[in-house]
Amino acid sequence: MLDRYGIVALFAFVAVLFPAIPLLFSWVIRPKKPNKSKRATYECGLEFEDFPEAAQQVWVQFRVQYFIYALIFVVFDIEVVFLYPWAVAYNALGLFALVEMIIFLGILALALAYAWRKGLLEWT
Amino acid sequence: MDFLNNIFPNIYEWIAYWIQSLVAGLNLPKDAESALVTAIMALLVIIAIILWMVVMVLILIWLERKNAARIQDRVGPNRVGPWGLLQPVADTIKMFIKEDIVPENADRFVHTIAPMIAMLPAVLMFAVIPWGKGMFPVDLNIGVLWIVAVASIGTIGVFLGGYGSNNKYSLLGGMRAVAQMVSYEIPQVLTIIPIVLMVGSMSLVKINEAQSGWFGMQWFVFAFPVGTIAFVVYYLSALAEVGRTPFDIPEGESEIVAGYMTEYSGMKWALFYLAEYFNFFIVCIIGATLFLGGWNGPFLPGYVWLIGKVYALVLLGMWIRMTWPRFRVDQLMNFAWKVLVPIALVNIVLAGIALPIFKMIGF
Repeated sequence: MLDRYGIVALFAFVAVLFPAIPLLFSWVIRPKKPNKSKRATYECGLEFEDFPEAAQQVWVQFRVQYFIYALIFVVFDIEVVFLYPWAVAYNALGLFALVEMIIFLGILALALAYAWRKGLLEWT
Repeated sequence: MDFLNNIFPNIYEWIAYWIQSLVAGLNLPKDAESALVTAIMALLVIIAIILWMVVMVLILIWLERKNAARIQDRVGPNRVGPWGLLQPVADTIKMFIKEDIVPENADRFVHTIAPMIAMLPAVLMFAVIPWGKGMFPVDLNIGVLWIVAVASIGTIGVFLGGYGSNNKYSLLGGMRAVAQMVSYEIPQVLTIIPIVLMVGSMSLVKINEAQSGWFGMQWFVFAFPVGTIAFVVYYLSALAEVGRTPFDIPEGESEIVAGYMTEYSGMKWALFYLAEYFNFFIVCIIGATLFLGGWNGPFLPGYVWLIGKVYALVLLGMWIRMTWPRFRVDQLMNFAWKVLVPIALVNIVLAGIALPIFKMIGF
């Protein structure tokens, strides 16, 4: 068990190293000649020199929908965590497990239907 | 046949034997010695997989551009090397020597670390992916769960990229990317459950072995209707999860410039790009493993079958990308929550009911 997760830990180590090496390498060989307009924030149709604060103002307003989708996502993601062990143990549990899971999924489907009916899934 | 099937495990054995004899000269205690050999071999395997994947992605980029050209009645890259084959190599060199521009107002640390985090899950997922019979780095008994769990780290990288750039378009792109990835993760994760149900294990190796019947043609996609529905839902949500074109709202260039990648250039941009292709390749590998029988198939060695299936899925994805226009945001979200999630939920119940019947007819 431990040696298997040791290999996974090695993977994690390499996963951090792998993007760092090309970044370092390109940092060594690439040119570095920054200037004012190169480093300006990209903006469409506005000259940075003329409207600096317009281009820098990124506190744009967001739809509340993003938050609601995140909430629904959390509900379903936690449900999935419960479903995986059920799926693994299904053969051993028999009919009882099926009935229980239909009830569990039914409650969740109800929650989805409620969110749907309430119009939370509408992107208006 | 057996020789071809075992060629990579045999090479592994030879190198392991050689390393063993090298390490034996150090006169370490017995368990320290075996641990050292395991670690060195694991490191070599990881490096081999990453190099192999980089080559695969270079081929993929060439293939994508060539395919796009063919579908759009153009010629495509044809200047660098025969048939433009060296075009991705030339692009890589260009990426290395390109200046890295960081906007003045950007959060420098977040801006730098975002592409690295986006790359992280792509490498981590290879820990459990089997490439052929006996060809896998580790066989975790939670393989599928590991992939599902690690895949969501990519979302953080994308959002950090959008947030750290301090740009309206980047931030909007980052938000959209998170909303989309989070929404499509649910159907993707839910459709894997029927497969876990049929196998009774989350280990990818066991899932492969469970599909080895019928002369290697007992693939779960043929387990009608459960497996077929699961495959279609999985493939669509996987395409959306990696942000391929019918679902590329996060970087829709006609609306928000380039989404979270607007302020990126040079190697950092290349890392985002590489992570995108890694992820696309990985979801195709997982799709091939879970639904299309993985390394199973008649006559040819296992790894050839797997790569063949993966490329079939990849080409299908490219075809879809070239043919369909982009979804609107509301259509995209509706498709995830009002079509795919209910289908996936019903499919789980269906799988629970159909499993005894499948068992009876010998599936």
